[in-house]
Amino acid sequence: MTQLIINHYEAAAVILFGIGFMNLLLQNNLIKKFIGLNIMDTAVYLFLAAKGYITGRIAPIVVDGILDVEHYINPVPSGLVLTGIVVSVSVTAFSLALVQRLYKSYGTLDMDKIMSMARKEEEE
Amino acid sequence: MNNTSQNTNPKENNCTWKRFVAWVNGEEALTLPKHCISEKVEKSEKSKVRKNWEETAELRQKIYRILSIVICLSIIVMLLITVKELPPFGSSTNPASNEVVERYIESGLEETGAVNIVAGMILDYRAFDTFGESAVLFLAVMCVVILMRRDSNNISAEEDQEIAEDEEFEKEDSNIILKQIAAFIVPLIFLFGIYVILNGHLSPGGGFSGGAIVGAGLILYSIAFGHEKVRTFFTFRTFTKISVSCLLTYCAAKGYSFFTGANHLHSIIPKGTPGNILSSGLILPLNICVGMIVACTMYGFYALFTKGDI
Amino acid sequence: MHVNFIHNIPFFSIFLAMFSGIITPFIKNGKYAQRVNSAMILIVGIMSAILFLNVTATGESFTFMMGHFPAPWGNELRAGPFEALMAITFSVVIWLTLAGGRTFIFEDVLSEKQNLFFIVVNLLFASMLALIYTNDVFTGYVFIEINTIASCALVMSKGKGESIVATIHYLIISLLGSGLFLMGLSLLYDITGHLLMPSIQQSIFKLMQTGEYQLPFMVVVGFIVLGLSIKSALFPFHSMLPGAYQAATPSVSGILSGLVLKSYIILLIKIFYCVFSIDIIHSLKVTNVLFIFGVCGMVMGSVYALREVKIKRMLAYSSVAQIGYIFMGLGLGTHVGVIAACFHILAHAVTKAMLFVCTGGLVDVSDKKDQIRNMRGAAHKNLIAGIAFTVGALSMVGVPLFAGFVSKIYFATASLYSPGKMAATLITLAISMILNAMYFIPSVIAIWSLPTEKIERAPVEPWFAFSMICFIVLNFALGIFYKPVIRILELGIGLLS
Repeated sequence: MTQLIINHYEAAAVILFGIGFMNLLLQNNLIKKFIGLNIMDTAVYLFLAAKGYITGRIAPIVVDGILDVEHYINPVPSGLVLTGIVVSVSVTAFSLALVQRLYKSYGTLDMDKIMSMARKEEEE
Repeated sequence: MNNTSQNTNPKENNCTWKRFVAWVNGEEALTLPKHCISEKVEKSEKSKVRKNWEETAELRQKIYRILSIVICLSIIVMLLITVKELPPFGSSTNPASNEVVERYIESGLEETGAVNIVAGMILDYRAFDTFGESAVLFLAVMCVVILMRRDSNNISAEEDQEIAEDEEFEKEDSNIILKQIAAFIVPLIFLFGIYVILNGHLSPGGGFSGGAIVGAGLILYSIAFGHEKVRTFFTFRTFTKISVSCLLTYCAAKGYSFFTGANHLHSIIPKGTPGNILSSGLILPLNICVGMIVACTMYGFYALFTKGDI
Repeated sequence: MHVNFIHNIPFFSIFLAMFSGIITPFIKNGKYAQRVNSAMILIVGIMSAILFLNVTATGESFTFMMGHFPAPWGNELRAGPFEALMAITFSVVIWLTLAGGRTFIFEDVLSEKQNLFFIVVNLLFASMLALIYTNDVFTGYVFIEINTIASCALVMSKGKGESIVATIHYLIISLLGSGLFLMGLSLLYDITGHLLMPSIQQSIFKLMQTGEYQLPFMVVVGFIVLGLSIKSALFPFHSMLPGAYQAATPSVSGILSGLVLKSYIILLIKIFYCVFSIDIIHSLKVTNVLFIFGVCGMVMGSVYALREVKIKRMLAYSSVAQIGYIFMGLGLGTHVGVIAACFHILAHAVTKAMLFVCTGGLVDVSDKKDQIRNMRGAAHKNLIAGIAFTVGALSMVGVPLFAGFVSKIYFATASLYSPGKMAATLITLAISMILNAMYFIPSVIAIWSLPTEKIERAPVEPWFAFSMICFIVLNFALGIFYKPVIRILELGIGLLS
């Protein structure tokens, strides 16, 4: 338990991850589904950022010419988060475009309704 | 399978045979309820199946919900137990602080010329990932163009009218406060965005964040002064030209750098003095390219989502 | 300085594919975009063939440094016989599929958006190559995302309501998979401190010796395997396939089923061997879980296929069953099993891509109706498509001389090396072969049965006929001259570990 309190950032991140996952599975509204997806991605970034942090050190931008590992936090997770954010922006834009097109053709954002309408269309 | 039961009962045999023939002809699936098929029964049978399917929809929904809640909760619990076991937060001895980080920090300045170690890492040490990332962005904007740019599939008279009304409204509307503030603030936003892009290797920021700021400025401009005004200098053609040529430059520059690096050839790109604005080899031009792509992309998303064109 | 051209091939292939994808927006005409695309794929195919000949001759694999910095600091590519063979297969199959289905592509995709379609195809090809060659798990993640977006974009390329519904379904399930994969990667980075496959493996060996972080490691394995199996549509996660394949244009269905799903499996195999090492995977019982799901998939996929009256949905469920075969092979937990699975990847890529394209031809001559009952006599109207469909169906059922037969024999042989799973494997193989026959044979009979009305021969499309003939020849080649392929796979898989 104490370990969990020490790792509280990671704990928060994994709880957020679960919440996002649940949203993605359970929400019927497509926009909310993709908000869930974004929560999930953000949780992973929080996790990575927490993993990169080292107590008492500063951001990895060289100041005063100090080039000592003891002085800076781990730069790798920051880089991964940067890459991850761009990927998630792209995915979100793409999925929202899909949602908008669906709304235009079916007039609803409810996934189940859209699915049943599409099924009926197909049977005809 | 079906032929085995052929000589049990003449009537049933006949029925099975009919079903078999129907199935061979692809008229009926084999596993549907066991009914003799005549032309009429077939149809009602189908609608019955569909009805059943619809009736059970609620039940299936319930099962699905319960299952997903259970799965999600178990994922959370499992991850919490995992987190308990992970190396402690903020410790300097966890496995991630190894020789990789050591070299990034201790030799990063010398090897990449970037004061911002993260920029040096993503644009030089691990540049392939970052190239992939730009490709994702490019792909996403192309997909949005496929989906949203108006064509014969997604155009409707209603929508045309709506857009026309919007434009009419924009022309008449003289939102003086927005226009005045935007006229003052948009240049500042651009300036700040460009500053962030150009200083990507020296300070926090870089192509992506700076590009997003410039893109936000463009969006504000478009909201305040109307879409038509932006179109005078930024059309779909300019959009494609800028983003494609920037990405091509990126691709060529990184291709050259990978090629020389992997084959141990001499690279003609100078590193410069770390700390100067013109330093750190390819990182500055790459940041500029990424910045322009991102600015175009952000505005492109906005314009395509609202107007269906850039 | 001496430049080793052979070692640069993986890098050239990926960058050429990317480059042609990026330059395509300048080409407004879809026809020219298609030519650029097919030229690019041809060049990549030829380069992969050179690489293949070279690495099989030397019997060695190599790593290629992406940039100025060596292993744990920079990115890396890795190529050996396994990777080269997969790259060749992917180039050949994607080229033939696009060539065979080009008329359908130009019919289905709006003319002003055809060049965008080919951008997506080029980037998809680049990402599949990158997934084959990568030696870095995070690069793997980035290219998985490209693969996801590109495959969704291809599914929706028809632009009609139905295809967009299918796309969103496909997208949601794929994103679940990549989210889990990313979480697994973050945890893995946290306990090992590396992103490069060989370095992670060394750290894992150290962890195994000291006994640290056992539980997180198990969770990592679980997340990565689960994420990738969701993306490759292993049995309970297959629900997105039928809709997507039904809605997409035939070439796209062929590419998605034959190649895209396989690229995730190839990454999974590489992760098994180069990151976790197969012994650890075996001792964690992951193989048993995969085996069970694979076996379920084999049976259930076929059962679902039996219930379908629409031909493309039937083929989609058949893909589910075939993915089940591959995972069953991985689940055997032996080298032999993995080799059988890899051979099945090849066999299925060649067969299923052909089946989807020729189905496009058959549906085309049956008034665009895709229920099997409407396709009576279609083979007489489009002879070459009918022959191709028959060959594909026989290969899927597992008739000797066809590619599908060899992989089934190898699965059966492989099961002899894993005692506990032998009976289950053999029985499911038998059941699944019968089920395959039960849904494929009727459709073959249906397309060859004589229709009541007079037969009108459809004009023969030269590209379609050419691609079908190539596919048929490839199928026979894999089915008859399988020995060298197996030997190369043995060599390649041996070099991975």
